[in-house]
Amino acid sequence: MAAERRPTRASAAAILLRFCRKKPLGAAGGFIMLLIVFTAIFANVLQTQDPIATNAADTLARPSAAHWLGTDHLGRDIYSRILHGARVSLLVGLGSTAVASLLGGVIGLLSGYVGGKTDLVVQRIMDILQGLPLLVLALVMSAALGPSIPNVILAISIPIMPRAARVIRASVLSIREFQYVEAARALGVRHLRIAFRHILPNTIGPFIVLATAQLGSAILVEATLSFLGLGVPEPYPSWGRMLSVSAAEYAQKAPWLVLFPGMAISLAVFGSNLLGDALRDTLDPRLRGA
Amino acid sequence: MKTYLAQRLGIAALTLFGMSVVIFVLLRLAPGDIVDILFSTGGYVNPSERVAIEKELGLDQPIWRQYMDWLRHMATGDLGKSYRYDLPAWEIIKPLFPVTLELATLSMIVAVLLGVPTGVISAVRQDTSLDYVLRVLSLAGLSMPSFWLGMVIILALVAWIGWIPPMTYVPASENFKLHCIQFALPALAVGYRSSALITRITRSALLEVMREDYIRTARAKGQGERTVIWSHALKNAILPVVTVIGIEFAFLIGGLIVTETVFNLPGVARFLVQAIAWRDYPIVQTLVMFTAAIVIFSNLAVDMLYGVLDPRVRIGGG
Repeated sequence: MAAERRPTRASAAAILLRFCRKKPLGAAGGFIMLLIVFTAIFANVLQTQDPIATNAADTLARPSAAHWLGTDHLGRDIYSRILHGARVSLLVGLGSTAVASLLGGVIGLLSGYVGGKTDLVVQRIMDILQGLPLLVLALVMSAALGPSIPNVILAISIPIMPRAARVIRASVLSIREFQYVEAARALGVRHLRIAFRHILPNTIGPFIVLATAQLGSAILVEATLSFLGLGVPEPYPSWGRMLSVSAAEYAQKAPWLVLFPGMAISLAVFGSNLLGDALRDTLDPRLRGA
Repeated sequence: MKTYLAQRLGIAALTLFGMSVVIFVLLRLAPGDIVDILFSTGGYVNPSERVAIEKELGLDQPIWRQYMDWLRHMATGDLGKSYRYDLPAWEIIKPLFPVTLELATLSMIVAVLLGVPTGVISAVRQDTSLDYVLRVLSLAGLSMPSFWLGMVIILALVAWIGWIPPMTYVPASENFKLHCIQFALPALAVGYRSSALITRITRSALLEVMREDYIRTARAKGQGERTVIWSHALKNAILPVVTVIGIEFAFLIGGLIVTETVFNLPGVARFLVQAIAWRDYPIVQTLVMFTAAIVIFSNLAVDMLYGVLDPRVRIGGG
C-alpha cells in the first residue's frame, strides 16, 4: 500500500496530523494521556485545596463550589487529591514500564543474540516469572519489599519484564539473520557493538508498542496494590488507595468517594490502551487488528 | 505424542521448582515476620518466649534448611501449618476452594458468553459504527479496575432499587436464590473485564479466516451468511480464542483477588491477601504454588486441546 510508505522527509507535525486522521481513537488516547501528564505536572497550580490537609468540620461533603468533587471521610478535597494522584499513577506507571522495558529489552537482546544454552536458561527463568498471575507476583513482591514508591515500581516491573524480554528476543532473532548484520560481522565489528548499535535500533517499533501497552496494565496494578493497602504509602494521594476500605465503608453515604477516583483510573488506563492499540497498528503491521 | 507430553511435563516441573525458590526467598526478604506481628498485638512479651515461638515455628533455622523442610513436607503432601491459626494449611484452605472455583467458573462463562458473540459481530460488521462502539466498550472493560466495577455495581443497585446484596457469605444450601445473586454480581464484574481480550482475539481471528478461499467457496455454493460465519469460519477461528481463554485463567485469578475482597466472599483469593498481610508463610507459599500449578497446567491443557480441536497441529510420531 502506497499510503503506508514512510515519508522520507515529512515533518513531525505532518506525521502527527496523519496519525490523527488515520487513527482517531488513537489520537483520542494520546490526548487523554497528554491531559493526564498536564494534570500531573500542574497539580499544584490546578488544585483548589491542600490535597493532604484534613478538615474535621467538613467530612463527606457533597460536591460543591468549594469542593468540586466533594470531600472524603477526613474532609480532604477529592478533586485536589485526584490531581495529585495523577502524579503517583504516572510516576509508578511510567517508572515501572521504563524499568521493565529496559531490563527486559537488554535481557531479550542478549538472550536472542547469544542464543544457545544462555538463551535456553534465560527463557526458562522468564517462564518462571510468567508462571504466576501478574497481580499475585506483584502482591507478594510489594509485601516483601515494603511500601514505598521505588519498591512499588520494582514490584510491578519485575512481573511485566518477561513480556518485554520475549518481544525483543523474537524481533532480535529475525533481525540477526539480516545480511547487514552478517556484513558487520564480516567487517570484524565486535559482538556487543553489533547487538547494541546494529540490532537494537531496529527493535524500536515493537519496543514502543510494548511499552505503551504495558503502561495501562502498570497503572492498573498500582491502583490495585494501593487499593489492597500494599502500594504507595500515605501521605501521597493515590487513586487506588482513595478507593480502599474507608471508601467502601462510606460509599452509600458519599458515592463520590468511589465514583471519581475510579473514573480517573479507568480514564488513564483507557487512554493508554487506545494509544497503544493505534501505535501497534501503525508501527507493527504484523499485528494489525489483533 | 507421549515424548512430547513427557517433555512438557518435565518443563512444567522445572518451572514449578524454580517458582518455589523464588517465592520462598521473596517471602523471607519481607521485613518483619509473624512473631513480630503476633507480638505487636500482644504488648510486651519477654524475649525468651519469643525465642521459643521462633523455634517452634522453625524460624530459627537457616533459610536453606527451612526451604528443604518445606520441600520435603510438600512432597509428602503436608502443606505446613498456619502460623496464625495453628492449624494445618490445607484444613484452612479446603473450605475456601469451592467459593473461588464457583466464582471463577461463573466469571469465565460470563466472559465467553459476552466475548465470543461480541467479537463475531464486531468482525462481521468490520469498520462500521457498531464495530467501533463494541470495540470501545470492550476496551473500556479492559480499562476499568474490576474492584471498582464491583463497587459501582453495588452503588447502582442501591441507587436504583434500594437494595444491597448480602455482604456476608450465603451458602447455596441456605438460600439458593440469594446465593446465586451474590455470585452473579462479582462474576459480572470479573467476566466483563475478561471478555475484552476474548472479544479482540475472536474479532481478529475471524477477520483472518474470512479472507480464506474456503469461505469464498462456501459462499459460492450458496450457503447462507449465517452458516458461513457460525459453522465454517468460527470453527477455524476458535483456536486462538481457546488459547486466550487458557491465558485468561491466570488473568482471572488477579481479578478474583480484589472482587472477593470487595464482595466479602470467603474465597482463596481474598484469603491470600490476608495471609500476605499477616506474613503467614505456609499459607502464602501453599496458595502461590497452587496458583502457579493451576496456571501452568491450564496452559498445558490448552496446548493439548489444540490437537483435539485442530487436526493440523496434532503432534505426530516424534
